[in-house]
Amino acid sequence: MRQSLAPRNLRRRKIEENFFRVLMAGSVLIVIACLGLIVGTIIWKGLPALSLSMITQTPKGGYYLGREGGILNAIVGSLYLASGATLLAVLFSLPIVLFINVYARKTSRLATWTRFSFDVLWGVPSIVYGAFGFILMVFMGLRASLLAGIITVALLELPIMSRAMDEVIRLVPPELLEASYSLGATKLETALKVVVRQSLPGILTAILIAFGRGIGDAASVLFTAGFTDRLPTSLFQPAATLPLAIFFQLGTPFPEVQARAYASAALLTAIILLVSLLARGLIKKYTKHLT
Amino acid sequence: MRLLKDALASKVMLVLTFFPGLVVFLIIIGLYLRGRPILAEKPLFSLLFSSSWAPGRGDFGFFPFIMGTLWVTAVALIVAVPISLLASIYLSEYAPRAVQEFIRPMIDLLAGLPSVIYGVWGVLLIVPLVARIAPFFGGTSSGYSILAGGLVLAIMIFPTIIYVSLEVISSIPYELREASLSLGATKWETVKHVVLKKGLQGIIAAIVLGLSRALGETMAVLMVVGNIPKVPQSVFDGGYPLPALIANNYGEMMSVPLYDSALMLAAGVLLVIVLVFNVLARIILVRVERRAG
Amino acid sequence: MEQKPHIRIQDLSVFFGRQRALKNITIDIPDKKITVIIGPSGCGKTTLLKCLNRLVEPLDGVKVSGKIFVDEEDIYDPKVEVTHIRKKMGLLSQKPQVLPMSIYDNVAYGPRLHGQKNKKKLGQIVEHYLQMAKLWEEVKDRLSEPASRLSVGQQQRLCLARGLAVEPEIILGDEPTSALDPQSSQNVEKRLIELKNDYTVIVVTHILRQAKRIADYIAFLYMGELIEHGPAEGVFANPKDPRTRAYLTGEIS
Repeated sequence: MRQSLAPRNLRRRKIEENFFRVLMAGSVLIVIACLGLIVGTIIWKGLPALSLSMITQTPKGGYYLGREGGILNAIVGSLYLASGATLLAVLFSLPIVLFINVYARKTSRLATWTRFSFDVLWGVPSIVYGAFGFILMVFMGLRASLLAGIITVALLELPIMSRAMDEVIRLVPPELLEASYSLGATKLETALKVVVRQSLPGILTAILIAFGRGIGDAASVLFTAGFTDRLPTSLFQPAATLPLAIFFQLGTPFPEVQARAYASAALLTAIILLVSLLARGLIKKYTKHLT
Repeated sequence: MRLLKDALASKVMLVLTFFPGLVVFLIIIGLYLRGRPILAEKPLFSLLFSSSWAPGRGDFGFFPFIMGTLWVTAVALIVAVPISLLASIYLSEYAPRAVQEFIRPMIDLLAGLPSVIYGVWGVLLIVPLVARIAPFFGGTSSGYSILAGGLVLAIMIFPTIIYVSLEVISSIPYELREASLSLGATKWETVKHVVLKKGLQGIIAAIVLGLSRALGETMAVLMVVGNIPKVPQSVFDGGYPLPALIANNYGEMMSVPLYDSALMLAAGVLLVIVLVFNVLARIILVRVERRAG
Repeated sequence: MEQKPHIRIQDLSVFFGRQRALKNITIDIPDKKITVIIGPSGCGKTTLLKCLNRLVEPLDGVKVSGKIFVDEEDIYDPKVEVTHIRKKMGLLSQKPQVLPMSIYDNVAYGPRLHGQKNKKKLGQIVEHYLQMAKLWEEVKDRLSEPASRLSVGQQQRLCLARGLAVEPEIILGDEPTSALDPQSSQNVEKRLIELKNDYTVIVVTHILRQAKRIADYIAFLYMGELIEHGPAEGVFANPKDPRTRAYLTGEIS
């Protein structure tokens, strides 16, 4: 039964191997190059237009025609909005994730369904959150305001935060829970003192990731947060946001204002970079802690 | 007292846990209720397949926008699927651990960039590029086009497809690869005949998730796609995807009768499509996971 | 009396990161015999086996030093074609790993890769090796079914047929019966004994009775070191090292 399987096709196989290896490595390079190109272009175009007055002043009269002023309104508005939304999302997210990991059995139907609905919510486009937020706002008798924006963005952040939290809290070993129960702790005490403490860096990372997503999202606040040149002083006033400020400035026909859009984009990118670096640092510290 | 607190907390948490499921239903119901007035005037079928868009005269034909969405998404998938899959195979099968650890945070970052940033970048780089290359394909283009939208969108869905397919591929046992390698197969042959075949369902799910992400993406596409309410004839034409339509007209929608209803219906249609794809992909992934475990 | 050894391992050490999995292993593996590597779990048996067909590659913090000669060819020489080395050896793993394709394609997979395109010839090859693995009668009417539908015992024999179909000289078994029921195990053991007429067989096991049943030559590994090796009767009847004795009497496991 000996076959004459000479290695004559070996050369062809080697060529195929190397061809695809190059193609694959090339694909990775493309992905990385895209990131570099995006961040690079934004910084390169935005940095020259960035000035102190841009981040310390609100828009003065005729700002969108190229006159004096800055985007402090949008910076402050975005920070308020994203912070408020993140806070609200934590208030829902943390109890839910703790519940499905501590109270419900890890494989119970309720836990499975909750995870599934988080997955589904994660897939809902932000423009749909925007539309829903708008309906909710009208239903509650609100006008476009900081509060309406916060509620909408909180909904958007909820699945992002919960999934990230669930991922770390799931890793808490069940033995640890049992050890806590055997010392007479209630489930609530176990959840707060053992589980939360054990996975705190991971929870903070989840919160940061959600914050980053919240501060960058435009489609959801378009309908709900409004836009104003003034700094918001109450929850019921409209608030400007950074992504929308970028969008509106870019939409003007004046090159000076467009340059400000680039500068604002650079600023937003810097904030996102900072937040993800922070999140990354926490993860690093956390894993180091584990080993 | 402690026990009372515990029992109370347990009840509160249980109620909260129903919240995410409730939100999904509330969104669907809310959009449906707001979309009902227009459905009372016109059947859904004629709304979806009519090309006439003139809100002032009461004409709300979604067809050009649906086609715009499909075109942009198709371009994005054609570009993103091969690149993402090849990249994830490289990362899981070939790359040394150091390279993997170097690249993962970068993909995280790509996923975390806001869509307006993608939009600004598209305007700065992709739009002029498309305008420049259009003549070589025998057309002219302002650059604000389906192609520009598709390219920007492709980059935005890289992370989704890469992450999910990485997860799927890495759940395939190493011993299975060893079985193929020990027969004298090269690495690529092992990938082609064994890894991809074993992971096929999960990879399809990854692509579907990327697809549903692309269908709903709004701002970035809106900024580069041209927003022309006509059925596009080529990738160099401008288009007007559904999400862009909703986002662009929020200002005037309260002043024209039925306009807001039409937009909310559009959002509802978009949501249903995206949800169907999403649920499908998730079900596949759950099944894959169960089989692996 | 002394045959030329088929495989010579010289001073082989393997590091996973800072951890040393194998320490200075030197052993000659005789041609056309069943060599059984025994030792407690975690002693490096599987690592040693996987070094033989270079499934342990010097990559990602894995360091391999020393030499392994197969037919007087140093397999860790960078000039050596790795697919060629692997084709020389069939591998049976702990859990049978059937490829995600039909029964027929599982066996035809190797020959096809190595250039066999003739349909008729492939059919003959599949039948021949399935018969050699004593699986043919059970599957001949359902060759196009997915291999995953076979029982675990059948799957392991399919893996054997698949390994044989690339015409190896050496069969490597990594605890090949550990996932099988007693009857299937016996079946696989029988096949291995038949095979030693034409192949060099190397089996890793932690089942001492299995080693006694099939071994011609024994190597005892303990904590990454090769403690003792020699013809089976000798080692079992008269172990020289106290650690070997302790293992054989069940004091360490």
